[in-house]
Amino acid sequence: MSEPFEPVIVGFTCNWCSYRAADLAGTARVKYPPNVRLIRLMCSGRLDPTFVLKALASGADGVLITGCHPGECHYIEQNYKALRRFRFLQRTLRQLGIEPERVRLVWASAAEGVRLAEEITRLVEDIRALGPLRWPTASEAEATRLLANGDGPPVAAQAPEREEVTA
Amino acid sequence: MSAHSHTEGASPAPGERVGVYVCHCGTNIAGVVDVEEVANWAAERLKHRGVVVARDYRFMCSSPGQDLIAKDIVEHRLTRVVVAACSPHLHEQTFRIACQKAGLNPYLCELVSIREQVSWVHADARAATEKAKAVLSGGVERVLRHQPLEPLKVPIHPATLVVGGGIAGIQAALEIADAGFPVYLVEREPSIGGHMAQFDKTFPTLDCAACILTPRMVSAGSHPHITLMTYSEVERVDGYVGNFTVTVRKKARHVNTELCNGCGVCQEKCPKRVIDEVYEAGLGYRKAVYTPFPQAVPKYPVIDTGNCIYFQRGACKACQKFCPTNAIDFEQKDEIVSIEVGNIIVATGYELFDPRRITQYGYGRLPNVFTSLEFERLSNSAGPTHGEIVLRDGVTQPKSVGIIHCVGSRDRNYNNYCSSICCMQALKFAHLVKERTGATVYNFYIDMRTAAKAYDEFYQRVLEEGTLFVRGKVAEVTDAARTPAEEGRLIVQVEDTLAGKQRRVAVDMVILSCGLESRHDAKQVAKLFGISCSSDEWFIEKHPKLDPVATMTEGVFIAGCATGPKDIPSTVSQGSAAAARVLGRIQQGEISMEPIRASIDEALCSGCRICNGLCPFNAITFREDDQVSVINPALCQGCGTCVAACPAGAISGTGFSNEQIISQIEGLLMLNVEPPVPAGSASA
Repeated sequence: MSEPFEPVIVGFTCNWCSYRAADLAGTARVKYPPNVRLIRLMCSGRLDPTFVLKALASGADGVLITGCHPGECHYIEQNYKALRRFRFLQRTLRQLGIEPERVRLVWASAAEGVRLAEEITRLVEDIRALGPLRWPTASEAEATRLLANGDGPPVAAQAPEREEVTA
Repeated sequence: MSAHSHTEGASPAPGERVGVYVCHCGTNIAGVVDVEEVANWAAERLKHRGVVVARDYRFMCSSPGQDLIAKDIVEHRLTRVVVAACSPHLHEQTFRIACQKAGLNPYLCELVSIREQVSWVHADARAATEKAKAVLSGGVERVLRHQPLEPLKVPIHPATLVVGGGIAGIQAALEIADAGFPVYLVEREPSIGGHMAQFDKTFPTLDCAACILTPRMVSAGSHPHITLMTYSEVERVDGYVGNFTVTVRKKARHVNTELCNGCGVCQEKCPKRVIDEVYEAGLGYRKAVYTPFPQAVPKYPVIDTGNCIYFQRGACKACQKFCPTNAIDFEQKDEIVSIEVGNIIVATGYELFDPRRITQYGYGRLPNVFTSLEFERLSNSAGPTHGEIVLRDGVTQPKSVGIIHCVGSRDRNYNNYCSSICCMQALKFAHLVKERTGATVYNFYIDMRTAAKAYDEFYQRVLEEGTLFVRGKVAEVTDAARTPAEEGRLIVQVEDTLAGKQRRVAVDMVILSCGLESRHDAKQVAKLFGISCSSDEWFIEKHPKLDPVATMTEGVFIAGCATGPKDIPSTVSQGSAAAARVLGRIQQGEISMEPIRASIDEALCSGCRICNGLCPFNAITFREDDQVSVINPALCQGCGTCVAACPAGAISGTGFSNEQIISQIEGLLMLNVEPPVPAGSASA
């Protein structure tokens, strides 16, 4: 395990703001780590939480969700719906025994290329620190679910050491 | 040329034959990403996904590049195309059209970005090449789920809304109206004219601003195709390109414009004097019933109810008593008007930087520190001093004047950008002060920026007139004298960076050449019309170089200083440019729109109505008779929120279906990739 862990992150972007911010970061040659692979949606409101679970289940170690700043949605207010779903999703992840910090929501306007690059860099570092995503075993998941039911504390920290786990 | 190509007949994906094209973009992509390797990899490892040809080429967007794709579509009977190049916002259309010409439905082409999102942002060539493969793989999986689509045709309403009656808006309105199409020109203030109406002279030609502007104002005011709506504000914009419904609030003027003949008696008789903060920049007075300036268009005054004695105390009515046409109407109410237009031009202009924020320059505390707009009024023959350049006491002519450049611009504490007009404005002031008072003039500048037609010549002229230039950013303007000679004067403390020493320059008057800022409500206006704002709150163009007057919202255009600081020639050019774009659309009569819309499979819809409340455009309605929800495609904007919300999976979104996105995720994570072929068994 001497090789540094390079996380794979799937990013969802909004056609009107964050995708353009990513374009702008490119035009301005702002550098960020290559661990993020972006998908363009028309709006963060299009983000079905299933997409995030699909990405995590398919090998991604983290997911970035981006959208227009509150009040600036191209479709008036759909980013608020994305926010709502994001909150639910965090709770679901916690119940599944997955660190909710693996999924991050970032608002980025079309002008914020530099900021988006900084946020991506920070996310990559944070996920790298968390290590590879491991889905809990059935018994762990059950314990987690019981703990997380109601408004219990986040339980991710109680997950066993990663090295012990096999895929 | 296409040195590297890999073709293979068989395609395990049922019936689909995908062509992959990897662009070098000169060295823009190929300088970092090993494009040849990416193409080879796709040919080999994505073969089982239907990739039958994969090529790399220097410039895919060039004619030979496009021909390459078209030729393959025919020869290899391609059913899908993936181009790995720049952002789809640049060349998606290019490649779609290339495919269409070769007989492939344009929506079966997918452009993935390996320039803006890979080669330009990653320095590690190895990692960038691997990411490019992943991005390409995502595109291949996605394109396999694409559906052939037809663009939606939308008719264009021939009327246009122009918001903002400054020179940009006037120009745009006149261009369109002269072409014979109706224009609504909406202006917040009681008169059109904007900032230009406040100026005395315009640089570098020194022609009188009013002399060149007012004929335009009159044309706009009397044009048979222009409906002027002054003292009005846009409250709501509904609809989409070609079919906007705009709600405008016509604020109550309390003057019946049908009866008023603009004689001005009301203004004469009104006993209430009010400091005019807008037009006279606080240097002069107006009445409570007023037109901002004598040449105002329209000529009808408005009653400022906040200052009117009748509205405040219930008695006076002097204007009504003396009005010869009985036009004063104290009972008038705001009127809400709804207008139908096909296109919108937003030209809402700028605001002057408020120099009170730079306390060390003393504006607002030291009486003889003036803003640039105050000086414009001071030097204007129609202004409060009839063009006499005098100190705040109203009588004393200054013997020496200091002009400070870059106030609020090129300063990290305020605005990083250069306001572009302030150097020329300062030179104009220097010339006017010299000409009218003979005073000694100092210009305190950081850099002189005089880059436009005849600008530098004007700078030379002002130099020759004997204006003194000190290069350095002014630290402070103070009245704390250190020597008897400084008593009663303003002292400009500055580091002269050319001479390498500190200077204290005593002057009688200081003019701050203030920068331009976006309007305080630019963000709200932007939201109203669906325009993006930069962090400085200037409106963002669709493309900064190639599409400078369009916005991301179809049918909404921008012009003038609302997009960033500009001089008058550039502002007028943008007004004309925006008008040309609008006219082109009106002439075509209809516009093709992206067919990205949601639709409901009625057989799957359970009638739960969750989607109904999610749509901000009211495009989803519930049909009572068969208990299903239906989407009106004309109102749907394609955001996809309902698609994500439908628990029955009954709603699908063209272009962004669940299958497309899920497949793209799998592709990005390389789930589709075949294991490496053992050495020796590689295909031809």
